[in-house]
Amino acid sequence: MAKFSRRSFLKTSVALGAASTTTNAMFLSNALAADTVKVGVLHSLTGTIAIAEAAVIDGEKLAIEEINASGGVLGKKIEAIIEDGASDNPTFAEKAKKLLDQDKVAAIFGCYTSASRKAVLPIVEKSKGLLYYPTYYEGLEQSPNILYTAQEATQSVIPSVNWLAANKGKSFYLIGSDYIWPRTTNKIAKPTIAKAGGTVVGEDYFPLGHIDFGSVINKIKASKPAVILSTIVGGSNVAFYKQLKASGIDMKNITVLALAVSEEEVSGIGAESIEGVLTCMGYFQSLPEPANQKFVKAFKAKYGANRVTGDTISSAYTAVYLWKLAVEKAKSFDPDKVIAASANLEFDGPEGKVHFHASNHHLWKHCRIGQFLANGQVKILFDSGLIEPNPFPKI
Amino acid sequence: MTSDILIMQAFNGLSQFTILVLMALGLSIAYGLMGVINMAHGELMAMGAYATYVTATIFENYFPGAFDQYIFFGIILAFIVTFVFGLLLEKTLIQALYKRPLDTLLATWGVSLFTQQLFRQIFGPKELSVPTVSWLNGAMNFGGDINLPINRIFIVSLAICVTFGVYLILFKTRWGLRIRAVTQNRAMADAAGIDSSRVDAFTFAFSCGLAGIAGSAFTMLASTSPVAGQQYLVDSFIVVVFGGVESLFGTVASSFLISQEQAIFEFLMSGSMAKALMLGIVITVLYFRPSGLFSTKVRH
Repeated sequence: MAKFSRRSFLKTSVALGAASTTTNAMFLSNALAADTVKVGVLHSLTGTIAIAEAAVIDGEKLAIEEINASGGVLGKKIEAIIEDGASDNPTFAEKAKKLLDQDKVAAIFGCYTSASRKAVLPIVEKSKGLLYYPTYYEGLEQSPNILYTAQEATQSVIPSVNWLAANKGKSFYLIGSDYIWPRTTNKIAKPTIAKAGGTVVGEDYFPLGHIDFGSVINKIKASKPAVILSTIVGGSNVAFYKQLKASGIDMKNITVLALAVSEEEVSGIGAESIEGVLTCMGYFQSLPEPANQKFVKAFKAKYGANRVTGDTISSAYTAVYLWKLAVEKAKSFDPDKVIAASANLEFDGPEGKVHFHASNHHLWKHCRIGQFLANGQVKILFDSGLIEPNPFPKI
Repeated sequence: MTSDILIMQAFNGLSQFTILVLMALGLSIAYGLMGVINMAHGELMAMGAYATYVTATIFENYFPGAFDQYIFFGIILAFIVTFVFGLLLEKTLIQALYKRPLDTLLATWGVSLFTQQLFRQIFGPKELSVPTVSWLNGAMNFGGDINLPINRIFIVSLAICVTFGVYLILFKTRWGLRIRAVTQNRAMADAAGIDSSRVDAFTFAFSCGLAGIAGSAFTMLASTSPVAGQQYLVDSFIVVVFGGVESLFGTVASSFLISQEQAIFEFLMSGSMAKALMLGIVITVLYFRPSGLFSTKVRH
């Protein structure tokens, strides 16, 4: 047993004193913490979807940083709690639960695939939370606790088909990856094509990640469509455009419009393979609006000059600002009040002025069609103006 | 369906066959000789693809004048890199697991996850596009509407050369003789003075090198990502099992059958259905011939 000396007594009391000071300091920082408001950021940082999804966080982080720099929301700084959904839907659900129940976040900005959103949906509804969803998707959903800030299917496919039928030709070949978004999109596309006086000469779906498109390219050669409407997503795109380019099809007579390729994916596809292909999105980096110029400049300054913005990044950035505006309008962080205040709420952001629908939780958005240039950027050919969201189209 | 399309479609089946056969040959050799089920074969293919990417980047920056020839160096480098990696893998891991197929399955699966993450660390999770050399772009016209992509013609020729090379090595060289002797009867081969562990190491490395060549060819068709090999791994396993494991001829024939089948169905129905039907046929055949189409009769 150690002897109890005067010296060790002194040491102990000094340590105790130090400990009590730390407790005070902790107490203080807790008091300071009341000056921040927590929000959750929930995307895949690892796994297969991370390729596309990880960059979305950059849009959200940029908006949060800008808002904090200009004084925060209702006088509080935003504190982002970033969680990794790991491209795994049960993980998304678990992390959403953690963010809502344990961290008590005021809102979650998150999800990318529809499957991950469907996994999170029952949890935000049960905890009466609030989720901002930034990806273009197939529609057919309207949760009381989710606000959707990207295009739903009717906002992209209907104007695209009408524009193509009027400008490029009336025979369509539909090709897509095999899951809910491409199939729903084409379900909307087909009656729209018929209404525009066009015909569908072929329709094909391939498993996600499929890499051999030789057969479908031969089918395209045989059926000679004027337009190929592509809903291929992810890595398959690379194979499709590389093989299409090598196939010897005379692309002067065929227009390809991709509904799921933004500037971001181009670096993987190779700009030389996708040059000339059309794309339809709500936002392009090349939009001339001053608000967008500012956004692109800030994005590049923060993440590097070689990075590009894209539709989902812009929608995610917009989502954070829409939340800020709604909170200020409601003068409360309470999700119910924020959702109520969001109706008709307007934000002038990178993609121009957009505003929420009066009741259906989706944004009035632009549909823009552009053409990929050799540098991977997009030349804008068409802008529809604001289109009313209609997540449950009658077809 | 006109005859032009028929020809182009048959060629398309042929070109699907090529990468598949390069992958499946390696798998089949490793299994036939050593009883090793190599789950990391897909990652070796990705490694070959990345090696080609690195070669392209080097040529782009240092020898832009010779860029059009980089693909040959890319293929050779892909082979060397995967061969060396295979040799190291054999010496450090596989050697301890011979004739324990289930253990090699788990161990090589671990290697597969490890290498995938390694690719993510080095090259990032995003897909990389390897620029195609100019003379491989576009299509060659064979009269009428028959246009065949040049890159696929190149890959078909490459695969034929490699398959023929494998045949020569296995059946016309001393090394091949030793490999076949060890495959048939390890104990007897040992007794006859063949150093079977050296044969094992060389053969395993060689089978990995074949995957590297497949990966190099693959860059001409699609993008390179850390998980690029996974897609082909499953198909290659199907080919090996369908053709009868241990039979090289069976592997070649079954990859030919499966890819032609796939090409025909893809033309007649949607891609997803074609794949499902192809798997259905494989399952039915294996139900009646459990050891594959071309299994050699052996007494156990």
